[in-house]
Amino acid sequence: MGIRILTAQMHIEGIQQLDVYRRHGGYEAFRKVLNAMSPPAVLEEVKLSTLRGRGGAGFPTGMKWSFLAKNTGKPAYLICNADESEPGTFKDRYLMEKNPHLLLEGMMISAFALEAATAYIYIRGELFYVHQILERAIGEAYAAGLLGKNILGSGFSLDIHCHPGGGAYICGEETALIESLEGKRGNPRIKPPFPAVSGLWDCPTVVNNVETLAAVPWIIQNGGKAYAAIGVWKSTGTKLMSACGHIRKPGVYEVEMGLPVEEFIYSDEYCGGIRNGNQLKAVVAGGSSVPILPAALILKTAKGEARLITYESLSEGGFESGTMLGSGGFIVMDHTTCIVKNLWNFTRFYHHESCGQCSPCREGTGWMEKVLHRIETGHGKMEDIDLLSDVAKNIEGNTICPLGDAAAWPVRSTIRHFRQEFEDHVNQKRCPFSK
Amino acid sequence: MPLFKVSIDNITVEVEPGTTILNAARKIGGKIVPPAMCYYSKLKGSGGKCRTCLVKVVRTSASDPRPMPKLVASCSTLVQDGMIVENTISKEVLEARKHVVEFLLINHPLDCPVCDQAGECDLQNLSYEHGVSGSRYEEERRTFERIDIGDLIQLHMNRCILCYRCIYVADQLTDKRVHGILFRGDKAEIGTYIDQVIDNDFSGNVIDVCPVGALTDKTFRFKSRVWFTKPYDAHRECSKCKGKAVLWMSGKEILRVTARKDAYGEVEDFICNTCRFEKKDLDDWTLEGPRNIKHESVISQNLYELIKEPPREPPFKKK
Repeated sequence: MGIRILTAQMHIEGIQQLDVYRRHGGYEAFRKVLNAMSPPAVLEEVKLSTLRGRGGAGFPTGMKWSFLAKNTGKPAYLICNADESEPGTFKDRYLMEKNPHLLLEGMMISAFALEAATAYIYIRGELFYVHQILERAIGEAYAAGLLGKNILGSGFSLDIHCHPGGGAYICGEETALIESLEGKRGNPRIKPPFPAVSGLWDCPTVVNNVETLAAVPWIIQNGGKAYAAIGVWKSTGTKLMSACGHIRKPGVYEVEMGLPVEEFIYSDEYCGGIRNGNQLKAVVAGGSSVPILPAALILKTAKGEARLITYESLSEGGFESGTMLGSGGFIVMDHTTCIVKNLWNFTRFYHHESCGQCSPCREGTGWMEKVLHRIETGHGKMEDIDLLSDVAKNIEGNTICPLGDAAAWPVRSTIRHFRQEFEDHVNQKRCPFSK
Repeated sequence: MPLFKVSIDNITVEVEPGTTILNAARKIGGKIVPPAMCYYSKLKGSGGKCRTCLVKVVRTSASDPRPMPKLVASCSTLVQDGMIVENTISKEVLEARKHVVEFLLINHPLDCPVCDQAGECDLQNLSYEHGVSGSRYEEERRTFERIDIGDLIQLHMNRCILCYRCIYVADQLTDKRVHGILFRGDKAEIGTYIDQVIDNDFSGNVIDVCPVGALTDKTFRFKSRVWFTKPYDAHRECSKCKGKAVLWMSGKEILRVTARKDAYGEVEDFICNTCRFEKKDLDDWTLEGPRNIKHESVISQNLYELIKEPPREPPFKKK
């Protein structure tokens, strides 16, 4: 078993409670920061760790923090993006539900580094019970003097507010999240300016994913170098993988970066292999938006090297033969799965969630869904397959925010790797997998 | 501060720092200006949405010679010194624009023969220049019921391309905002919070900023095709606005009143509802002369080439 950073304490009874969390070393990292570190020193440790954003894009966290505009005369804000809604991704929910204080401690340290006096958790509205867990933890932290004015006599003050979203996937996009937090319609903003310069209420803002922030206390306690020593090359530390689909043991697993995908799928320690002894057909490795890969390409790269769970290895081969680590939403499909139906389902999601602001995404997502529905139900034509691919291509890269790309990538990759299945649907005038 | 030098389709222009690529192109003028369906220079925050103004930045600046990785919206991307931009000379841009037009048209009803906007419609012009004659779209189009926004304006949501311009008008020109976007994606619609009328002196401007026929003037509906009407510049004393308008005439009759629009279809000055909807009598106005329509459209074709000065009488003498 590999090293555990985020899930190490989750088996402890009552760890959601402040006193239990503290008995197991909780808030020691925050205390260390308050007593002995300066904000630049904290930033330096995070930079040394080469921690990368766990929301999907994998942007180096230290670098993101260092972009925060300084001496603007305006307050800086830290926002925790807990609007986890990508199909197949449920790692943040697990983390917040099981160990809320770990996230709060990570936010406290991060806010200290950013010299932010106010931080927000924007939590997906559907996770109401998790919202309640967080509110309770925040209440405990205030009561213990870990939040509020002049924390533990250090002169550092911090308020954390937890704000539930209204149920839109698009509010996980950081600028739409900020709009929503300001009480407006959750439309992504046009960038630049980026939040680091002009974010919440036009003030410098850092938006980080739950998992990213939760890794910070360990980095402070053990040092950035120790974190960077885990993993492979530029993919350091551990990653939460939320595994679902046709595997024997679905769930959230913490893996060291660099674990072979094959081991992750087949080892009893993780997914435990494919259900009912079935054949692996395809994997969506990082949440529904990343390109799907067939069994051969998810286990080994086109060059024949073992595929590893790292940012670099999963994207080896570009979009031709690779994919992305994304958010770690690992969706496994066995040979009984209709790939076209799966794609229709994904596309239906993006159609439903497009904010409607820019033309290619608003119109294109609906178009793709309708064509896919026709193909899946046996009313497709051969030309529809190229049409779909072309519509996806015309959305990709031409939209305001990445939702357009997220809708286009699954379509293009599924056609690239599973064209035969689309043709079978057209030729047989029915779904070959339907009974 | 020194001016920034920027090249668009191999034409160099010098502009103030903080200028967008689109406005730099407008400074050059002519065919190299990207089309804009949502950007409106007089409405703060507009732009970036329709994606018709996408251009290619082949060199970011003198100090950063790299190209920008994706096509960028020229209306919301600021120029940098030494930037090189390609618009009409880039195949990639023209191809992308063609497909943006395709996207805009898939749910648009193409009811131009019965649409009041036909002849002065930005989408009609755009599809004429960049579209294709056929459509690859075979699915059912989204449809909405028509909504009367008060007595004077009709919302025909089927035609809307969600440019948000009318939203910005409601936000920035009128004092009581009762106008916004409801719902999401291709189900999004312009809403007035359950049929509330826009009861405001400047609400009529939503008609002028609408690039398509989604918001039309009910006092003009179906009276005439726009190309059969003769536009005249006219003004009147008005306590609410500058009173500078264009009268669209048929003989002696004022069929409709609009604001004056420039070469990019943007109004010069917003006008009030009194001027727009109530002053339909020639006695209300002082005529200045024929309006030369610079905005390239059906209505700008061959209207006044031979006219030196406006006829004073008749037809302008009242009975």
